[in-house]
Amino acid sequence: MTGKGADWRPTATAEAIRRRAAMLGELRAFFAARNVVEVETPLLSAEATLDLHLDSLDCEVEAPGLAKRRMYLQTSPELSMKRLLAAGAGSIYQVCKAFRGGERGRWHNPEFTILEWYRVGWDHHQLMREVASLIETLLAESRRLEPAAYETYGELMKRHGGVDPNGTPTPALRQAVERTSSAEEAAGLNRDDLLSRLFVERVEPRLASDRVTVVFDYPASQAAMARLNARDPRTAERFEAFVGDIELANGYGELGDPAEQRQRFEHDLACRRKAGRPEPPMPSRFLAALEAGLPRCSGVALGFDRLLGLDLEARRIDELIAFPIERA
Amino acid sequence: MASYNMNQVRTGLKVLEGGEPNVIINCDFIKPGKGQAFTRVKMRNLLSSRVNEKTLKPGDLLDGADVVDTSMQYLYSDGEHWFFMDPDTYDQVEADAQALAGAEQWIKEEDVCNVTLWNGHPIQVKAPNFVIREVVQTDPGLKGDTSSGGSKPARLESGATVKVPLFIQNGESIRVDTRTGEYVSRARS
Repeated sequence: MTGKGADWRPTATAEAIRRRAAMLGELRAFFAARNVVEVETPLLSAEATLDLHLDSLDCEVEAPGLAKRRMYLQTSPELSMKRLLAAGAGSIYQVCKAFRGGERGRWHNPEFTILEWYRVGWDHHQLMREVASLIETLLAESRRLEPAAYETYGELMKRHGGVDPNGTPTPALRQAVERTSSAEEAAGLNRDDLLSRLFVERVEPRLASDRVTVVFDYPASQAAMARLNARDPRTAERFEAFVGDIELANGYGELGDPAEQRQRFEHDLACRRKAGRPEPPMPSRFLAALEAGLPRCSGVALGFDRLLGLDLEARRIDELIAFPIERA
Repeated sequence: MASYNMNQVRTGLKVLEGGEPNVIINCDFIKPGKGQAFTRVKMRNLLSSRVNEKTLKPGDLLDGADVVDTSMQYLYSDGEHWFFMDPDTYDQVEADAQALAGAEQWIKEEDVCNVTLWNGHPIQVKAPNFVIREVVQTDPGLKGDTSSGGSKPARLESGATVKVPLFIQNGESIRVDTRTGEYVSRARS
């Protein structure tokens, strides 16, 4: 049979399709036991992320009583779920599809399954422990993991990258990148790009594959929607969880201050304009929810397909999803 | 030639890097949590065979290299160059020792070889995977030994020396795998 003729077939193995269903059951049991409520919010919304490096897919929607408008497929359910939190929903989770344009590779498909949850009244350190616990629970059948390691971004970058993300001047960061890439490649990168590059190339390959590593205290410039650390505002209450070099989850002590959030959005929009990227509207319903009051909470998003991939020792995301984008 | 951005590069693509032709042997899309995405490209230089890595961020381009694989017939060698002909157009090209890289010890006039052309010039010549060549020099083997045990060197008409079983005699033709340089079987001629 030729390649074209086989395009109707799933790329996922039968085992992956069955294991996905079982793992969804296990994660629902995990949250049910902890009284975290499952919710649903729209995948298609008038408001979208403004993050410079996330690309929302959009379409035009028109219906009786609904004037034609541009709407966006979510890159994560964050904006909608925080509106539920502001409305008093309590601790909630959602497992759903998210979409990111321009992302395709060994561990990326533009459409993927995301698990996102919020813990009201928790700080991000409490949530970091729950993230490790969820990963260990869902992988328990396939592998015995060593106890999770908790490391700061700064410490890991010093140890493996030889730079201090909160101190080393940008030209020295550039020189560090040039040691593995060419000067020409390092030339177009700003401070955060340089740090990301060093983290990907020097730190990620060194993270242990037999345990969850939670990295926290990311630089304030990469805070995204996290609060700044009260004790050291050069860093933010943002964390990521890894197993080996696979990035599984990204979480925050959630920023609740509407004025600061609006400022960050304006900065994001300015960066988008400068880079010539699309500029979705200011997320006004989301900001109105923050005005009404977001309870103190922490939240995290986890790539469910990748977790399934670790469980099955898959070598690429295509082994886990029935129909990747080329066959969708 | 076309240029390729980080979303267009793929394995097998021939590109120019440092002014020399390379073939892409691996592409990895990398997207740090909140950072800029990039594609890590691994490529092999078609002249030196060295493997290099390069990263492409949005906006970066790699230029395509005019590299084509063709089947051409080996005509003759003047000792310094090896001449090949396109069987359809009768166009002739001359390859140097660097392009042959050892293939010269296997090939014989009229063999059809895979010739890689860069801007029309041969940069790599591959001998056919299997060739049948006559043994021109080998020590007499033990009579009656038709099976196992022992081998001896034998020089072929094309120049290569291979290990053959003891029963192979001068003047016989044998089948050889040029990729490993190993004797395969006697050839019935």
